[in-house]
Amino acid sequence: MRPFDYQRAERLEHASQLAADSETLPLAGGTNLIDLMKLQVETPQTLVDIGRLSMGEIAEEGEGLRIGALATNTATAAHPRVRADYPVLARAILAGATQQLRNKATTGGNLCQRTRCYYFTNIDQPCNKREPGSGCGAIDGVARLHGILGTSPQCIATYPGDMAVAMAALDATVEITGESGERSVPVRDFHRLPGDTPEKDNVLEPGEIITAVTLPAPVSGKHIYRKVRERSSYAFALCSVAAIVDMAEGRITRADLAFGGLAHKPWHDPRIAELLVDSEPSLALFDKAADLLLEGAQGYGENDFKIPLTRRTLTAVLCDATGVEA
Amino acid sequence: MAITINGQEHALPDDPRVTLLDLLRGDAGLTGTKKGCDHGQCGACTVLVNGMRINSCLALAVTHDGDEVTTIEGLGSPTEPGVMQSAFLAHDGFQCGYCTPGQICSATAMLEEIKAGWPSDATEDLEGAPEITGEEIRERMSGNLCRCGAYTNIVAAIREAAGEDA
Repeated sequence: MRPFDYQRAERLEHASQLAADSETLPLAGGTNLIDLMKLQVETPQTLVDIGRLSMGEIAEEGEGLRIGALATNTATAAHPRVRADYPVLARAILAGATQQLRNKATTGGNLCQRTRCYYFTNIDQPCNKREPGSGCGAIDGVARLHGILGTSPQCIATYPGDMAVAMAALDATVEITGESGERSVPVRDFHRLPGDTPEKDNVLEPGEIITAVTLPAPVSGKHIYRKVRERSSYAFALCSVAAIVDMAEGRITRADLAFGGLAHKPWHDPRIAELLVDSEPSLALFDKAADLLLEGAQGYGENDFKIPLTRRTLTAVLCDATGVEA
Repeated sequence: MAITINGQEHALPDDPRVTLLDLLRGDAGLTGTKKGCDHGQCGACTVLVNGMRINSCLALAVTHDGDEVTTIEGLGSPTEPGVMQSAFLAHDGFQCGYCTPGQICSATAMLEEIKAGWPSDATEDLEGAPEITGEEIRERMSGNLCRCGAYTNIVAAIREAAGEDA
């Protein structure tokens, strides 16, 4: 690990001022950042420790729930309101990492988790995300974990988390504070597509710090988080589906879906709900939904399997949610 | 700045790069906690911080100012082993033993998490009280790898320590 200065923030404003420097990074749980510093993928001159700020509360906000940025993944998944009213979120968190990591990992840090692309984490390899202009090793290389939707000629990395996929299905909002004030960004718009600037994972500007994620009022329906991975525990998603689906009188009345493991961000396509809602569920309908989702999907050799895998996983989730026989 | 390790106060390092794992094994001389992958993937470095299990390799010691750490040495001694340590001995829950301190610290915290009602990926009813089943133990212990493959006996040891029929 390269040497760095350690500063503990006593106030959020202080943290934000310090983090405005391009050589400074905020430190919360550290489960991703410290790992990347050991690999010298991240080499900050200063770490500003925000871990002692009082941003860990999970509290009612109107009919919804406000999850503080420093609430651990464990605290969120075990929270009675999350388990009762937002089970897709509890399920997604519990499907990720291990108990040791979830005990440390925070809500804000998890949203900022960086890709697990093997070229990004190996400083001997080219990577446009780590070193803009150096090239992409994955496009013609080892790409099993990589994206099939929204990729660019510069980067095919995926956002690796599970929590944010459920938050995208729930249409949660990220609360952000910075030197120029506070703002809110839907989770669905928080992460970016790589385009020509894959070094930017999300919309945070220098000095901006996540303070909370707000969940809207709970909605009725079946909550499902289906994660397909290489082994049954402690592996990143090859493909995951977060779904909240409701039915009335034989028709679908809600279909809030988001997908993980496929893109540089949790993937949400509003056309899928438009197709499904008010329709009678059937295998033919689910196939049309998969056609929409996978329109423009591109494999890169090793991850070609993700295209049929995503179609089958979406179908399985919709069958489970609506009672249609697979 | 100080940290309490197994009831004893220790100074925190001047160099912020020192991980909790390196502090434990170096300055504190507590070599029971093991360095495996050093990247949070194997669980050999698992210790309890304020009762919660974490990977000590991914924690900077300076961030744990004022915290209470329990390592394998704090759970019992060769002459007076703790409940989980005795159960691992009784069931031969290891071969080479390198992962064992992490397994035992992890399993000790895991039983408390089940008592507290925290669900896992293996819990069918998110709102019910989780039970101590083989499936729950395997899922909840997935952050501790054993390259000798002593998993069957590790599960049996944990079930006995939990007061279940092994």
